[in-house]
Amino acid sequence: MKRARIAFNGAVCEAVVEENGQLRLPNGWVVKEEEVVWLPPVEPRTIFALGLNYADHASELSFSAPKEPLLFFKGRNTLIGHRSKTPRPADATFMHYECELAVVIGKTARNVKAEEAYDYVLGYTVANDYAVRDYLENYYRPNFRVKNRDASTPLGPWIVDKADVDDPMNLMLRTYVNGNIVQEGNTRDMIFTIPFLIEYISSFMTLQAGDIILTGTPKGAVNVESGDEVVTEIERIGRLINYVV
Amino acid sequence: MAKAFFRLTGIPHTMESEVNVQKNTVMIHGKEYDACRLKWEAPEIGAIYGVLLNYKDEWKKFREQMTKPPYHQPPKAPILYMKPANTINVHGGCVPLPKGVYQLQVGGALGVVIGRTATKVRKGEAFDYIAGYTIVNDVAVPHESIYRPAVKERARDGFAPIGPWIIEKNEIDHPDELDIRVFVNGQLVQRDNTKNLLRPIATLLEEITEFMTLYKGDVLLVGVPDDAPLVQAGDHVRIEIEGVGSLENIIVPEGDWVKETGYDETCTHSV
Repeated sequence: MKRARIAFNGAVCEAVVEENGQLRLPNGWVVKEEEVVWLPPVEPRTIFALGLNYADHASELSFSAPKEPLLFFKGRNTLIGHRSKTPRPADATFMHYECELAVVIGKTARNVKAEEAYDYVLGYTVANDYAVRDYLENYYRPNFRVKNRDASTPLGPWIVDKADVDDPMNLMLRTYVNGNIVQEGNTRDMIFTIPFLIEYISSFMTLQAGDIILTGTPKGAVNVESGDEVVTEIERIGRLINYVV
Repeated sequence: MAKAFFRLTGIPHTMESEVNVQKNTVMIHGKEYDACRLKWEAPEIGAIYGVLLNYKDEWKKFREQMTKPPYHQPPKAPILYMKPANTINVHGGCVPLPKGVYQLQVGGALGVVIGRTATKVRKGEAFDYIAGYTIVNDVAVPHESIYRPAVKERARDGFAPIGPWIIEKNEIDHPDELDIRVFVNGQLVQRDNTKNLLRPIATLLEEITEFMTLYKGDVLLVGVPDDAPLVQAGDHVRIEIEGVGSLENIIVPEGDWVKETGYDETCTHSV
């Protein structure tokens, strides 16, 4: 099942996405996807993100693959939904998308073993974790000015239930800018897998239902400009549309 | 007496009342209570953000390394980090010392509590966006490198005791001139003052909200003084901030956290 959070008719509600792309609201109304405002499908207390979690992307940025996950946090100010706009700072020369599989946690997790990690997953969604590389600094890198900007992390369109994704570690990721494919990879190339990450994080802190882990991006980071339409797509999960302004 | 906001265990709403910071007492419905004898919850807050190297001495000490790898040059923007929700702890609460770690560093931080949505705020109007001030013990596992986000060092469960209360903004005339004192087992081990901040409060708010929104209830830690005191299991830590109050905690082995938190006899903030 695909579950979305939307604003419609003056209220925020959950909606189920039907086969034909229409949205069924809790009161039974069925509406078209253009009629609603898409919100991030989850309101996490904590947003985890991974840097350099694909070997090809790490080498693209001239890094050797990390020995331990490169984790950082993001604030809720960063999240926006499907079909939203992300501002490009006027002075930026290099702002790029990052297509990432986002894992939504389903229940409180502490000291979870990798073998049981999927028991703690609710489902998956797509994140586009934009970075503005002009502002990179070598302190607590990637620093907030690069990665924690308002509206810099489109998330959605919906959450796909865990049961509907046979193998989250074998999904194609693709990014299109104005219809042209610019980034392609597969989740099987993650350095640290989803079960490993859940074990690792929960070994020193508590994860809560609704928390999300953005699992990193493969290579193919190209600058985007104001006016671009950026589509980040993950096989079996969905196509997340965003506009750079 | 100063106006404050706080939450007590067993009472579901935020209380607004008068506190006496010097005597460490609270007036509730006309009755005066010793703050040490009350059971505190964390004040109602949103996200907690911290700023690294914001005390001048700390900056100076790090200055030489800033031109060497992996840093290469001094930072331009405030160095920010997050204390996520799992780190929140209470006044009087126990801080778990992780297995395999023998010492923790105490970060006596003034917490600026945001009063309303703050986006692209100008320095001159920064205080309009502040609700009040609180105390946070920004606990960390000691670490040398600040090249990568210190998640494993700063974001562990219970690593951000906060409280006991939020003092209303107007009660503090000069938040950029507050004495901060840290006591371990009753001994004064550190003293600093927010006048030594590299970026004072208003500057921080301007530079941070230029690119990221702070929401009502979010807490901005203005910095942690240089030479953070080290503590170990069994130590009692008290952070005093002039005009704001005292925050007290005990360090316990991780395995004893629940037990120590559950029994008043063994884990009390009144030493």
